Amino acid sequence: MTVLGPLGFTAPWLLLGLLALPVLWVILRAVPPAPIRRMFPGVVLLLGLKDDDQVTDRTPWWLLLLRMLAVAAVIIGLAGPILNPEDEAQGAGTGPLLVVMDASWSSAADWRARQAALDALLSRAEREARPVAVLRLTDPEVPQFQQAAVLRARLTGLQPEPWEPGEAHVTRALSMLPAGDFDSYWMSDGLARDSREPMLDALMDHGQVTVFQSPRNLTALLPPRFEDGHVQLTARRLHAGSAREISIAAHGLDPAGNPTVLVRAPLTFPEGADEGALDLSLPAELRARITRFEIDGARSAGAVSLPDDSLRRREVALIAGNENREGLELLSPLYYLHKALEEDVDLLDGALTEVLPANPDVIVLADVATLGPGEEEGVADWVEKGGTLLRFAGPRIAASDLSRDREDPLMPVRLRAGGRSVGGAMSWGEPKSLAPFPEGSPFEGLAIPEDVTVTSQVMAQPDPTLAERVIAQLSDGTPLVTRKRVGAGQVVLFHVTANAEWSTLPLSGLFVQMLERLAISAMPATPEPGELVGTIWQPIRVLDGFGAVVDAGTLPGVPGESLLTADLGPELRPGLYQGEERSLARNVVTPDSVLQPAIWPDTVPVEGLSRPQETPLAGWLLALAIALLLADVIASLALSGRLRGARPSAPGTTAVLLALVLGPLAAPGTAQAQGAPSAQADAFAEAATAEVTLAHVITGDAQLDELAQNGLRGLSETLYYRTSVEPAEPMAVNLESDELAFFPLLYWPITPSQPTPSPAAYAKLNEYLRSGGMILFDTRDADVAGFGAASPEGRKLRELAAPLDIPPLEPVPQDHVLTRTFYLLQDFPGRYASRDVWVEAAPPDAEMVEGMPFRNLNDNVTPVVIGGNDWGAAWAVDNRGNPQVRIGSGFAGERQREIAYRFGVNLVMHVLTGNYKSDQVHVPALLDRLGQ
Amino acid sequence: MITPIAQLRQSAQEEATRFPALLARAEHLAGTVLLGEHGRRRSGLGDDFWQYRPLRPGDTYRSIDWRRSGRGDEQYVREREWQIAQSVQLWVDSGASMRFSSHKDLPTKGDRARLVALAASILLIRGGERVGFTGWSLPPRNGDIQVLRLAEALTKDGDEDYSQPEARGIIPHARAMFVSDFLGDLDPMEAALTKAADRGVRGVLLQVLDPSEESFPFKGRTIFESVGKTLAHETLKAGDLRERYLERLAERKARLDHLSRLTGWQFLCHHTSDSAQNALLWVYRAMDGGH
Repeated sequence: MTVLGPLGFTAPWLLLGLLALPVLWVILRAVPPAPIRRMFPGVVLLLGLKDDDQVTDRTPWWLLLLRMLAVAAVIIGLAGPILNPEDEAQGAGTGPLLVVMDASWSSAADWRARQAALDALLSRAEREARPVAVLRLTDPEVPQFQQAAVLRARLTGLQPEPWEPGEAHVTRALSMLPAGDFDSYWMSDGLARDSREPMLDALMDHGQVTVFQSPRNLTALLPPRFEDGHVQLTARRLHAGSAREISIAAHGLDPAGNPTVLVRAPLTFPEGADEGALDLSLPAELRARITRFEIDGARSAGAVSLPDDSLRRREVALIAGNENREGLELLSPLYYLHKALEEDVDLLDGALTEVLPANPDVIVLADVATLGPGEEEGVADWVEKGGTLLRFAGPRIAASDLSRDREDPLMPVRLRAGGRSVGGAMSWGEPKSLAPFPEGSPFEGLAIPEDVTVTSQVMAQPDPTLAERVIAQLSDGTPLVTRKRVGAGQVVLFHVTANAEWSTLPLSGLFVQMLERLAISAMPATPEPGELVGTIWQPIRVLDGFGAVVDAGTLPGVPGESLLTADLGPELRPGLYQGEERSLARNVVTPDSVLQPAIWPDTVPVEGLSRPQETPLAGWLLALAIALLLADVIASLALSGRLRGARPSAPGTTAVLLALVLGPLAAPGTAQAQGAPSAQADAFAEAATAEVTLAHVITGDAQLDELAQNGLRGLSETLYYRTSVEPAEPMAVNLESDELAFFPLLYWPITPSQPTPSPAAYAKLNEYLRSGGMILFDTRDADVAGFGAASPEGRKLRELAAPLDIPPLEPVPQDHVLTRTFYLLQDFPGRYASRDVWVEAAPPDAEMVEGMPFRNLNDNVTPVVIGGNDWGAAWAVDNRGNPQVRIGSGFAGERQREIAYRFGVNLVMHVLTGNYKSDQVHVPALLDRLGQ
Repeated sequence: MITPIAQLRQSAQEEATRFPALLARAEHLAGTVLLGEHGRRRSGLGDDFWQYRPLRPGDTYRSIDWRRSGRGDEQYVREREWQIAQSVQLWVDSGASMRFSSHKDLPTKGDRARLVALAASILLIRGGERVGFTGWSLPPRNGDIQVLRLAEALTKDGDEDYSQPEARGIIPHARAMFVSDFLGDLDPMEAALTKAADRGVRGVLLQVLDPSEESFPFKGRTIFESVGKTLAHETLKAGDLRERYLERLAERKARLDHLSRLTGWQFLCHHTSDSAQNALLWVYRAMDGGH
């Protein structure tokens, strides 16, 4: 191989062929262009004319250059050029080789490249017959020197772990280092950490160390925080450089429960900064469904961050027995609850049946005594599955029989009839204050303000279970708050009202604190490690090194005290852990993590991943030669004038040639595939808008569709001959796919078997009707049914037209503008001559002016005309212009057909001119013609 | 044995399909002119009162208008406008050179010539004139059926490359209309015109040209061929011929114009890229103006 700079040639002697190029130049130069034959009647005038000078018979220089370049590309391509040829002399060595891998999450991003590099290293070691051992620092095992080929077979089994090699790992690895001399090859993940130094020292004691480190920039995503209504995401990068934008995706479940990307947003690293932040403002509903945030395209556990409960705001549904909107706001049963909760939770409003499917965390029933049977079952189910039902007493509960004789499943205790009232104007005694909270109550330790007093309450029936259910009581020992656990959920009853009628509790800060303790309002973001002592947390989902979330399976639980503080490792994998009432996420990267590039001593050689790769260029050059030759074909054709115009077949040839040339260059198929539908729609629009075009709806019945098409053609021809409307060939319209806005009139024959349009098509139809279009419905059954629902077509029409936005209708009145837009008509026959044709009803206040033949109706064009006279058949003509369908008999039938055409003309005129003829200006002329 | 009959039938059907289309377009075109120019003269032409003139020897007694004559001693004849219909004779070039159009959106020269001729015929026939062809193939007659005959005759194509005008059978003092591209030899044309002028016939020359014949937009080495492939001319640099070609074309037009002036005819050069209505309007005025 000959090497010239970065280029090498496998067959350099072929380059001598380049010397032949000047000879080719001379040969190729002398080819005159071929003549074109043109048809031209004016040739008579040309006879005898001589050319002034001969046109140059040489090929133009640029065409020659093109051909020379093509030939040169072929010659060089065949000489086998290679970019960056491999130099095989580097890095040889002898003796055993220990491959040390960090194998942490930060090396997962380019793991494939690392594997390739390791494979190359092992194949070289195989050639040099060096025994090799592999030591992964994140999961150290005693290295065994063995054949490189054996290790190569196990290469795919080496995977990165989702944690970093910590002190403990390195100490274990150090103890495992084999004795004797060996060279080391350290595949570093590029992050600085304290544990590197002892390891490096130990390795250097045994022999030479080479470090392999990727120069690529590493990005890591910090755990999301929820502040001020925003989800705050922070990302860090290893090397602060120029400004860069990365895309963060929030994965989660869509409402149908399928995993999907819920939000995707860009995060920008400012120039020179190694940290970028992103504020996401998300609806609570969406936020609650997020299962993980991920940096797009970064395949590493550090680029994934799992949110836990800290992102979630609890959803609380407030339902009151009597929401008396007319009354004072302060008396509303829910007013204080609203005030106490609206800061911290998402409040749901609505009826119980609407709220339940949203699966709120808490449902508050303020003085609701009776629930519907379905509701009761639903609520019980929901509580069973972990919901918290919070009930407040009130006059209704006190007056009802709820939980009187036997304990209601949705009440914590039985109640005594009536309740009691203390300290009021009509009762003895002082208002009662609260007793200190008993031990084991969730309220334990809350300070009780002096001024909280209770004047009325509902009383609990003494039961064996009462004592354990009381979590707050009054100074005289009567229960104030009781709680019962039901399945995974609980039912809590405040024996007072939620407003200030029965007690001053809702007015005090204690109320808010109590709600907090009941886990009804937001909980503190992260628990203190001390709180977790003695708890066991079960992993639900864990991350692997690449950032994929996998089911935790049978991984053992983790003690609470180590969950927050211990280093990640095989025992504590990053992931989501479930405790008793909440879940906690342990992420790979924490706010304390610092990404710093590893610094190696000068004595250690460092290799990078980005080694220029050996690239053979022969294929590219030969492809270039073919492209140039194709360009030459087109250029030659262009020069000789055959590319365009001379023959009818020429454009076709050009297209084929262009396709040949461009086909391989453009990505095949995609461009056409994207362009096709819009091009088709464009062609449709162009055809429909070039002239006035009538259209009929495709019913799916081929015979009927053809009849409708022929009918509209007959009408179009009639219009063409008799009026200044000159319609183009009528079109068939598919309601689902075609745009309707182009057509002034849609003829819709009804057949019982036609499919009902989709909602999208109905939306289009309604839009069409609202924007001034007209639909002529034709049930074609006037001979058997008259008009109405007496025939299958009539029923189908009702079904089809039900979703349409159709105004009130009336039979065409004598003075409707349709009777005089072009012809003066009183009947609207088609194939049948029924009089039942319906149009939009006139406004009731239309009045007949004295002496005028018709009412003063300046309304719109009627959006629908409905009838059953089978006009399409009456209008239909065949290709030769003869009527297609027989009507009646003899001259009377032809007369009826003529009137049908006149109705068609009037209809189209009505659509196109609106109620122009309704204008009173025309009255004198019309009166004259009417003979009045 | 069935082949010739089948072929004949097929070609007859092909002819038939072209024929109504031409007729319809021509009627449509004619309709636009009638509405625009002569709105109310459409009905009752030929019945219009023109003048009373005194009875001359030779008039029959039946022609005397007794109501007018009864008011005085003299006898009067009531003359009506258009009572004696004119004969108009057409010659439409059917040569191969007319079957040419330079662009697919343009009609061929032949199509345009037929369209204008037939539309003019319709107008004239509705105006009460007799219309026919020069020569003896279709003598002038009136009536709607004549329109059909004319349309049928117009759809026939000739074989020769540049056809010569038919000047035989021209009725003295009739009017004539020659439609062609006038690219053939002009001498027979001149002879025909002079012969017609000698018989007191006046009329119009309508030259129909394709835009490419007017602009000569060709370049490079080219072999030009006539439509019938009887003539060919090769050039190495078509662009250089443009000036001289246009000169010759202008010369030819000037000669036609001069010729028509000498004989009292009128001449118009019409391009297929222009509206047919313009040509028809001009023809109609030129014919009408002679009355």
